[in-house]
Amino acid sequence: MTPALAILRRECLRLLRRSSQLVQPLIFFSLIAILFPFALGQQTELLRQTGPAAVWLSVLLATTLSLEDIFRSDFEDGSLEQCIITLDALPLACAMKSLAHWLTCLVPLIGMALLMSFVYDLTPDARRALISALLLGTPVFSLVGTVASALTVGVRGGALLMALLILPLYIPVLIFGASAVHHATLGLPTLGEHYFLAGLAVLAATLAPFATAAGLRARLS
Amino acid sequence: MADLPEFLGSAEPPCRWLRTIVANRGTDTELGANTAPLAPRLEVRGLECVRADSLVFSALSFTVQGGEILQILGANGSGKTSLLRILSGLSQPTEGEFSWRGKGTAKDLQAWQRELLYVGHVAGVTATLSVSENLRYALALSGRCARLSLPEAIARVGLPGYAAVLAGRLSAGQRQRVALARLLLIPAAVWLLDEPLTALDPSGKILLEAMLRQHAQVGGLALVVTHQTLDIPAPYLRSLQLVSPEPL
Amino acid sequence: MFKTLHKYASPMHFFALARALTPWLFGISLVLFGVGLVWGLFLAPADYQQGESFRIIYVHVPSAWLSMFAYLVMAGGGALSLVWKIKLGDVIARAAAPLGASFTALALVTGALWGKPMWGTWWVWDARLTSELLLLFLYLGYLALQSAIEDRRAAARAGAVLAVVGIVNIPIIHYSVVWWSTLHQPATITKMGAPTMATSMLIPLLIMAFAFQLFFLALLLVRARCEILEFEQRAQWVKTLLGASDQSRGTR
Repeated sequence: MTPALAILRRECLRLLRRSSQLVQPLIFFSLIAILFPFALGQQTELLRQTGPAAVWLSVLLATTLSLEDIFRSDFEDGSLEQCIITLDALPLACAMKSLAHWLTCLVPLIGMALLMSFVYDLTPDARRALISALLLGTPVFSLVGTVASALTVGVRGGALLMALLILPLYIPVLIFGASAVHHATLGLPTLGEHYFLAGLAVLAATLAPFATAAGLRARLS
Repeated sequence: MADLPEFLGSAEPPCRWLRTIVANRGTDTELGANTAPLAPRLEVRGLECVRADSLVFSALSFTVQGGEILQILGANGSGKTSLLRILSGLSQPTEGEFSWRGKGTAKDLQAWQRELLYVGHVAGVTATLSVSENLRYALALSGRCARLSLPEAIARVGLPGYAAVLAGRLSAGQRQRVALARLLLIPAAVWLLDEPLTALDPSGKILLEAMLRQHAQVGGLALVVTHQTLDIPAPYLRSLQLVSPEPL
Repeated sequence: MFKTLHKYASPMHFFALARALTPWLFGISLVLFGVGLVWGLFLAPADYQQGESFRIIYVHVPSAWLSMFAYLVMAGGGALSLVWKIKLGDVIARAAAPLGASFTALALVTGALWGKPMWGTWWVWDARLTSELLLLFLYLGYLALQSAIEDRRAAARAGAVLAVVGIVNIPIIHYSVVWWSTLHQPATITKMGAPTMATSMLIPLLIMAFAFQLFFLALLLVRARCEILEFEQRAQWVKTLLGASDQSRGTR
């Protein structure tokens, strides 16, 4: 097995075995998403308009909370050191970490978001746009989030610091993601937003693993 | 030299598919073809380490050859762990450098890292993976071929029957034994061991000593940080005493 | 070539250079501040639409420019340290961050003060103001990371990565915010620093921009010198320097 595949397999196994880590972001997401009607009121029309924003914000917050675990246990049990010493291609390992995070954390969240789109009674067009925009935008969440996770590994009070570091960087995805669904609700074309999200994802996939590797080396030296 | 395992005699990796990768990196093979395989020899020159603005050690120089076990001694805070972390490539020295097989490691750190195994304060064993999954992952990460079969390695470190047990269920000493199994499994010329005896029971100590003796006999070298007396015959064992600098 | 670069980038040489330059930079910026403020606040004509309140641009626009320039300096320092392993980069990045954050905050406050008479509200979700606000958060993130990591060198290394990541993201964030604000808002709001500006108003603005720039550089050098002393506190030349100043204080 090549190192990259071994890492991916191990990450998935590790995350799937700790089921609480898998389930908690989902519960947190649902909880945040259902808070909005309590603040906004229960008019169906209003909720149909604010639903996409609520879902995007909930995904964003749930992701932020899940980021801390990407490297924490590896840092604590010493396997991160092993990884840095042994691997020739650390950025590849970092990319695999992001991929594993996306597969185990964000893909289930997207499934949950689909459920929420029914709760908020989105139109079929808006629902399609929401899911496709989430599919294109959430890889950026994972990739950029891995960088922040690397930079805060082993730092006390990491969760708040993480939110401070990561939320400004998530804003472009939030803007285009929410706007795609908003436009779809109005029956306008959403191709532009999708292109932009895809572009961001490609950019993040090219650069973020290198930044993560540099961040890890900086934190563990 | 004849009875040395292949990986100690030359810088060439022992695994076939790895060898093809190395062959593709043109310069490596050219170097390998033109120069005789250099003896395993770690040379440290003028190393200085500063941590949190205080000097940990400076002007540290020593040489370790294949077949030598260097025991590193010193009071708390004298920089034993810092030294191993610098040698492993995790941190950078503020001054000085070290060379491996006659070549400075600053330019090609990875050539050096490919030949070393490091066991740190924490064992590097993942709690949510089983013992055999942990070892198989470590092996895959190293990209090298196993020296012996997985069950054999697990049995030799005294954990037979634990292959499928999650590492989180093991005691600290047993986890340390899994880390030792990594040393048995993955071929490497250099071992860097940071307090490997802390959690081990007397039989674990005997096991590690036997492993170190064998490692030295086949021409490997090791740097071991421990305060305990190691039962290793004199020609193999040397020691290095780190002295804390006077506080200002 | 890199040899010579490394020589000038050595903390000791830079320290001496910075010490020599600082009084000049402060002096020139002070003179420019005097000229620019008098010209801008008293001599320049009032705006025919905004009246006297437009004069805040003489503080607002230069600090907004500097807020971005300081991030550039910070990321440049980070890149120097990450790519070329030049220690001075860490010093410069750490020195620039609080300055950049202050100028960003200044730009935001003056922007809000300007907004009240112009738009009748302290805050509008104008693209420039919003980007400026996000820039402030990027600075705050950097500063929070610096204070969360105790070891100075480790903090600087992590900060370097963050600054470089930030500089890649700033244009993306800025243009998405621009796109977002044109999408949700009618474009009736007068843009700040209107491109067609009377020369009589523009010249004091440029003078003020220069004054701010030199002031920033002077502060940067002062802060960089402090950082160098802390980073290099074990070096012989620092000990000699501090020892000498101790002695001179003692004899006085």
